[in-house]
Amino acid sequence: MERFTVHTGTIAPLRRSGVDTDQIIPSEYLKRVSRRGFADGLFATWRNDPGFVLDRAEHADSTILVAGPDFGVGSSREHAVWALQDRGFRVVVSPRFGDIFASNAAGCGLLTLTLDQVVVEALWLLAEADPSADVTIDLVAGRLIAPGAGLDHPLDVDPYLRWRLLEGLDDIDLTLRHLEMITSYEAARAPLMPSTIPS
Amino acid sequence: MPRTLADKIWESHVVRSAAGEPDLLYVDLHLLHEVTSPQAFEGLRLAGRQVRRLDLTLATEDHNTPTRSIGQLIADPVSRTQVETLRRNCADFGVRLYPLGDVDQGIVHVVGPQLGLTQPGMIIVCGDSHTSTHGAFGALAFGIGTSEVEHVLATQTLPQRRVRSMSITVDGLLQPGTTAKDLVLTIAARIGVGGAQGHVIEYRGSAIEALSMEGRMTLCNMSIELGARAGMIAPDRTTYEYLQGRQHAPSGADWDAALAGWDRLRSDVDAVFDTEIAIVGRAVEPYVTWGTNPGQGVPLSATVPDPGDVADPLARAAAERALLYMDLEPGTRMRDIAVDTVFLGSCTNGRLEDLRAAADVLRGRSIAAGLRMLVVPGSARVRLEAEEEGLDKIFRDAGAEWRHAGCSMCLGMNEDRLEPGQRSASTSNRNFEGRQGPGSRTHLVSPPVAAATAVLGRLAAPTDVEV
Repeated sequence: MERFTVHTGTIAPLRRSGVDTDQIIPSEYLKRVSRRGFADGLFATWRNDPGFVLDRAEHADSTILVAGPDFGVGSSREHAVWALQDRGFRVVVSPRFGDIFASNAAGCGLLTLTLDQVVVEALWLLAEADPSADVTIDLVAGRLIAPGAGLDHPLDVDPYLRWRLLEGLDDIDLTLRHLEMITSYEAARAPLMPSTIPS
Repeated sequence: MPRTLADKIWESHVVRSAAGEPDLLYVDLHLLHEVTSPQAFEGLRLAGRQVRRLDLTLATEDHNTPTRSIGQLIADPVSRTQVETLRRNCADFGVRLYPLGDVDQGIVHVVGPQLGLTQPGMIIVCGDSHTSTHGAFGALAFGIGTSEVEHVLATQTLPQRRVRSMSITVDGLLQPGTTAKDLVLTIAARIGVGGAQGHVIEYRGSAIEALSMEGRMTLCNMSIELGARAGMIAPDRTTYEYLQGRQHAPSGADWDAALAGWDRLRSDVDAVFDTEIAIVGRAVEPYVTWGTNPGQGVPLSATVPDPGDVADPLARAAAERALLYMDLEPGTRMRDIAVDTVFLGSCTNGRLEDLRAAADVLRGRSIAAGLRMLVVPGSARVRLEAEEEGLDKIFRDAGAEWRHAGCSMCLGMNEDRLEPGQRSASTSNRNFEGRQGPGSRTHLVSPPVAAATAVLGRLAAPTDVEV
């Protein structure tokens, strides 16, 4: 997993709430068996609308997506995270995320920042007034700094996730460090649990 | 300290706990399907890893599979490749697979319970958000992403942060003709699609105890539409009667021993939940959605709401956008909304009881002229059982299409889709924009409402056709 330490980029302001993962990437794009190459599916339906924010030239290089509450609700499709990353996003900001989407993002190194709606509003206004305004997400110091909006805001990131992102550590490798504990759990596990392989 | 049912299951599955870190939980059953697993198997290959517990892993084909005919190759080459990739992965790694054509093939959340693999007290995961279905048995069951699928394949564990608890107590029995689907749509309208975010829900109360296992599965299935991590119901006699005699359920002395353990699986009387919600069961009416998320619903007897009445500006904007997408005017009676297609099926409402409830309405009747009705059993076994009861004949005689098992029009990954602008009454779980095909418009309904709607061609309850 790619490390995440300090990132400076511009914002794509997505003024919508309840952005479900079917909107982030429609099911038609889930038939692929690869892990990359999903950028063309990102918000595929909404991109048919002329003037959709992600298609505007001034937001073409944005790396921080700022959306309304309940971003990533619905389906567990990790393709939603892959599509955002393939398009170049490193950070998504929302007042509330779907749980599975947030877990998937954490596993892939896409930083999700849960911030109050007032902060989201300030970031939307900033990006709409000045699409080239830089915003810095400093995971080392735990701050979001948007000079154009006069913001220097603390980040509320789970300390363990923060450490994992800073180090770029893979979950499976971390778990396998405790292999002997898994083995001993299995040895003591209730014997009546079902098996998928009929005896 | 008093503990909830979720606490008890969680604590019995902790492999490792360390201050400041997520708990490492053991997974008792890992279900796989073709859509969210290929990249996970590829990850195993790249790292030279094996599947740790083949005996706790099971795969089936459901999302892409055709329902019209299962005899020939899947027509869409991309869908075919995905299904063939699952077959190759299962063969290479030794995972048990129920492929298309097998009597145990079907939607993953219908297959697990019907095999008796879903049992109380287990932790069950699957790369599918509707894994919450299995919570109906008093299991802690939740959907995961593909990276987590790979993690479980490799380690049979998952690191998880403790989540908050929510109780939803439904006292007062549901009225006849009102189902678990109406109940969950009522809850969704009340708390919204993010209302239970970060929580595990335990459903309790007299209305829940009176639900069949099928009804409980419908309710727990849609916990994810409330934003919950999982939904669950303490096991009781109804649970045990469903399980006894199933292929993978314990038998003989093992059954008695298992039962003794399951009887302890309930929240302590004085357990405290982080959030508590109460619903009056007898006040629940047949419920339908008007918008583009499952929380945008009203009673069937009501009218399309006016976004102008919504105070929160973001919710108001969402409602305006939803009405535009759905091509609906505020004030329209829900009963006046005509549909092109009725879809009966999905992991929410594709079980035998659901088909029976719809068949009861359709018996001796015909669907409206020009309307299309797809009946898609949740599993190949549900299809067989329905045919043994003659339900297929009732559906066919009414003019509906009797299909093979799969996810089908719930999400339109196979060829079962709506055309742009078409409108459905659907027993599935999501009415998101484009969910049933680009430009599709979905009204979520219960099986009896789906059947009555098929007869009249507009949203309707069974009582509307009984004249």
